[in-house]
Order: sequence, then C-alpha cells, then structure tokens
Amino acid sequence: MLVTRGFKGKRRGGDADRLRLPPGQFLTPEFPVLTAGPTQHTKLNNWSLVLQHGGSILGKWSWEQFEALPQTEITSDIHCVTKWSKFDTRWRGVTIDDLLRAAGLDAAPTDFLLAHCDGGYTTNLLVADLIEARAMIATHFDDLPLLPSHGGPARLLVPHLYFCKSAKWVRRLAFRDADSPGFWESQGYHLRGDPWREQRYEGDQ
Amino acid sequence: MIDLTTASAQWRVATVAAIRNETATVKTITFDVPGWPGHLGGQHVDLRLTAEDGYVAQRSYSIASGAGSGPLVELTVDAVPDGEVSGFLHEELRVGDQIEIRGPIGGYFAWSAAHDYGLLLIAGGSGIVPLMSMLRSRDAAGATQPARLLYSSRSIDQIIYRSELDRLAEQTAQFTLTHTLTRNAPSGWTGERGRIDRVMLTRWQFTPAGDPDVYVCGPTAFVETIAEHLVGMGHRASNVRTERFGPTGAIRT
Ligand SMILES: Cc1cc2nc3c(=O)[nH]c(=O)nc-3n(C[C@H](O)[C@H](O)[C@H](O)COP(=O)(O)OP(=O)(O)OC[C@H]3O[C@@H](n4cnc5c(N)ncnc54)[C@H](O)[C@@H]3O)c2cc1C
Repeated sequence: MLVTRGFKGKRRGGDADRLRLPPGQFLTPEFPVLTAGPTQHTKLNNWSLVLQHGGSILGKWSWEQFEALPQTEITSDIHCVTKWSKFDTRWRGVTIDDLLRAAGLDAAPTDFLLAHCDGGYTTNLLVADLIEARAMIATHFDDLPLLPSHGGPARLLVPHLYFCKSAKWVRRLAFRDADSPGFWESQGYHLRGDPWREQRYEGDQ
Repeated sequence: MIDLTTASAQWRVATVAAIRNETATVKTITFDVPGWPGHLGGQHVDLRLTAEDGYVAQRSYSIASGAGSGPLVELTVDAVPDGEVSGFLHEELRVGDQIEIRGPIGGYFAWSAAHDYGLLLIAGGSGIVPLMSMLRSRDAAGATQPARLLYSSRSIDQIIYRSELDRLAEQTAQFTLTHTLTRNAPSGWTGERGRIDRVMLTRWQFTPAGDPDVYVCGPTAFVETIAEHLVGMGHRASNVRTERFGPTGAIRT
C-alpha cells in the first residue's frame, strides 16, 4: 500500500455506507447514463424478446406477451465499472427463471449466454449468474417504465455484477456452449465483472 | 514478450514530473510512469489515492498526451466543486509526489493510426481531453484524412488547450477547428455562440458524407443531445462513439 502524501479523503456517508461499497467504488445520489453510443429508441410494436440456442428459437415474446409474464420486484445496490455505486435501486420485470419456465424449459440448455441488444451491443454472462432470482429483464424503475436513456423498454438487470453486464435495450439471449467476450469484454473489461473482487479489467484476478 | 493485458491491469507508482495551469479551474499533470506500456489517443487511466489509515479513493482520467510509449503520461483535470479526488489533485499534489496509476484502459473510445478515416470530434468542457489526445496522436502520426473539432465552452477563458488547438489548425490543412461559447462571448468573437444544435453541426459539415468516425465527449446531457442529432442527421449509430465522464464529471459548459 502506497500512502498518498497529503490525501485524507472526504469519506462521505457513514461507516455503514462505506462497508456497503465494493472496493474502489463511491456513492452517487444520481443515476448516471453510460452508453458507448447513441440511445436506441425501439417502438413497442416492433419489440420482441428471443431466447435461442444455436439455430433454434426456444421462446419469443412480443411486448404484450412479455408484459403478461409473472412480474418480480428486485431492490438492489448497483455498481458501475466506472466507479459510481447507487444504493437501493428498485426494479420490476421478469426473472430469467420465469423466462425459462415460460419457454417450457426446466433448466438452461448450456452454462453460457451472450445477450444481444439494439444498437449491436453484446455482453457475455454465466448462466449461474442469471438464475435463482439473481437477474431479470427489467422494464420498470421506481414503478415507472424504463426510459430509453436507461435502457428502456427493457434491459438486463444483473445487480451483483458491474452494471455494464446489465445490458440496455436487450432483445435476444443466445445460449452458447462456451464463454466468449461481448462488446466491453473485448475492449479490455473483465469477462465476469464481480465488483466485490474488483474484476474491472481483463487481467484482474 | 510483455503481456499487454496484464501490463495495463497492473498498478504502477507514478511520480509527478510537472503541473501546469490550463485555465483557472483546470490543470495538466505530467506523470513519469516507469514501465508504461504505451497507449492510444482517447484511452484512460485509473488513479488510486490512499490515506494513512488505508482509506482509498479511485477515479478514472482520460490520457491527454498523444499516443506513444511514454514513460511520460499527461492528465488534464477539472476541479469539480467539493470534489474528493480532483480537489486533492488541484490543491495538494506537488511535483515529486508519488501516486498509483493503472492503464491504459478502454479500446473503444480510442483513435489508432491504423484506422485513419475522416474524423469528427465534438467536445463539451473537459470532454476535450480524450479528443485532444486523439488530435495529438494524429498529428504525430502524420494522419492524412480530414478531421474536424467542434468544441463547446462556457466562455473564452474556459477553453482548454486554446493556443495549441489554434496552432494545430493553422499548421494542418486537414484539421478544421470551431469553437462555440455558450455563456458570454467577447466583442469581436468570430466563432459560434450558443449550444451545439443540428444547424451548427450541418454548417460545419458534421454530416454523414464519407462515413466518418464520430467521437463525442462531455457532460451526460450534452453527449445525449448531440448523439441524437447525429443519428437524426443520418450518421450510423455504430459510427458514433460517446464517452461521458460519469455522475461526478460535472463538466461545466
Ligand atoms: C472514463 C472517464 C474519463 C474521465 N476523464 C476525465 C478527465 O480527463 N478530466 C476530468 O477532469 N475528469 C474526468 N473524468 C471524471 C473523473 O473521473 C471524476 O469523476 C471527477 O474528477 C470528479 O471526481 P472528484 O473525486 O473530484 O469528485 P467527487 O468527490 O466524486 O464529487 C463530485 C461532486 O459530486 C458531489 N457528490 C459526490 N458524492 C456525493 C454524495 N454521496 N452525496 C452528495 N454529493 C456527492 C460532490 O459534492 C461534488 O460536488 C472521467 C471519468 C470517466 C469515467
């Protein structure tokens, strides 16, 4: 540990807040927007969500059909790889467990998945990080429909990983036989992105 | 062979080699980073500050200096009101001090001489920093494709790198520089006035003709608005690369 001469730090919030922050993160009261490019605006009547494995479609839902699936609320802290964290964010949507069930599957067909989004963004995930109520396709934030700038109409929500894994404007979940990097992951960001292990960049253990 | 991946994830101890004022609220800090693996214009680093009792703060900063293999790396830091890290860097940091740094990070918001296409750059406030690094990299590489910069500042004294930008624009036929001032412009000001809109973008040929690469950096609202204009003007969304400095970027434009 290298002590930085003269650095004391502002230490905003109490000790309890600081214990809730993964290493290297700081708390923000705002909800910043971070995207690699322009915001995507998808009309609901053109929207669909597809679950696929190789060439076969396991499930496909229009917006209306998707809205009719069982709804779940998740309240969670979120952590962005650019270092801000936000506590107690409240989301509503369809868990990946319910999505698999709606497609008539008892279990995911493989251990890996690549999420594809409007705008060409992709992110890779372990199925283990998505099931058992750990992740959802979120359509609401604080009871309001998700704004396009925050990923609306629907985004992935995987709150226990860095937030770039919670891909905005998600449209297709493709199961894969092996893990392969998505968009940020091929730009030097970590393949899994666990904030508590500070897995920010490729090469972090 | 050096493994570049591990090389950029690794924390290094950098020594402050120089500090200079850019504007009243902006400073450029030169770090000497032994073992620096080199970088592309537009990439960033993470800084880690540690207090005596172990309390740690980390922030990201764009690299301001042009592509190269170092060991000197420049960062340009805007003093955010009550900012934990930018405040420390402005008020406390001295030449000779040591600080932990890692990088370069990010391969997407970055310019490489291997991809010398037409370039459109749009900056708001300290969002100029990574774009300046791209311009410096282009200049050093002798890039031949045209580049344009539209740079929005509040007032003339808040323009960062003003004389260097002027010099680049005079020396390089393919580089076109346009400033706009959003608060007050001095008498005799010949640049643009007011916020960047579609009319201004069109007037300065920030059009999709020739399929240029577009980089936009600045405060979140600035970047959002401009990216929407660009897509509305027919730019392919995949050609428009954006970087926002995050919640506490608090970049003043
Ligand atoms: C990829 C990237 C590149 C960047 N490049 C640059 C660059 O080149 N130059 C540059 O100047 N900046 C850059 N930034 C921004 C930089 O990382 C910092 O965010 C910035 O310097 C402010 O940090 P700070 O510690 O000084 O401010 P902070 O202490 O984080 O606070 C900033 C403001 O937010 C308020 N605030 C913070 N936390 C709270 C809270 N819990 N409650 C209430 N208010 C709060 C503070 O009062 C203050 O006004 C970049 C960011 C990213 C992500």
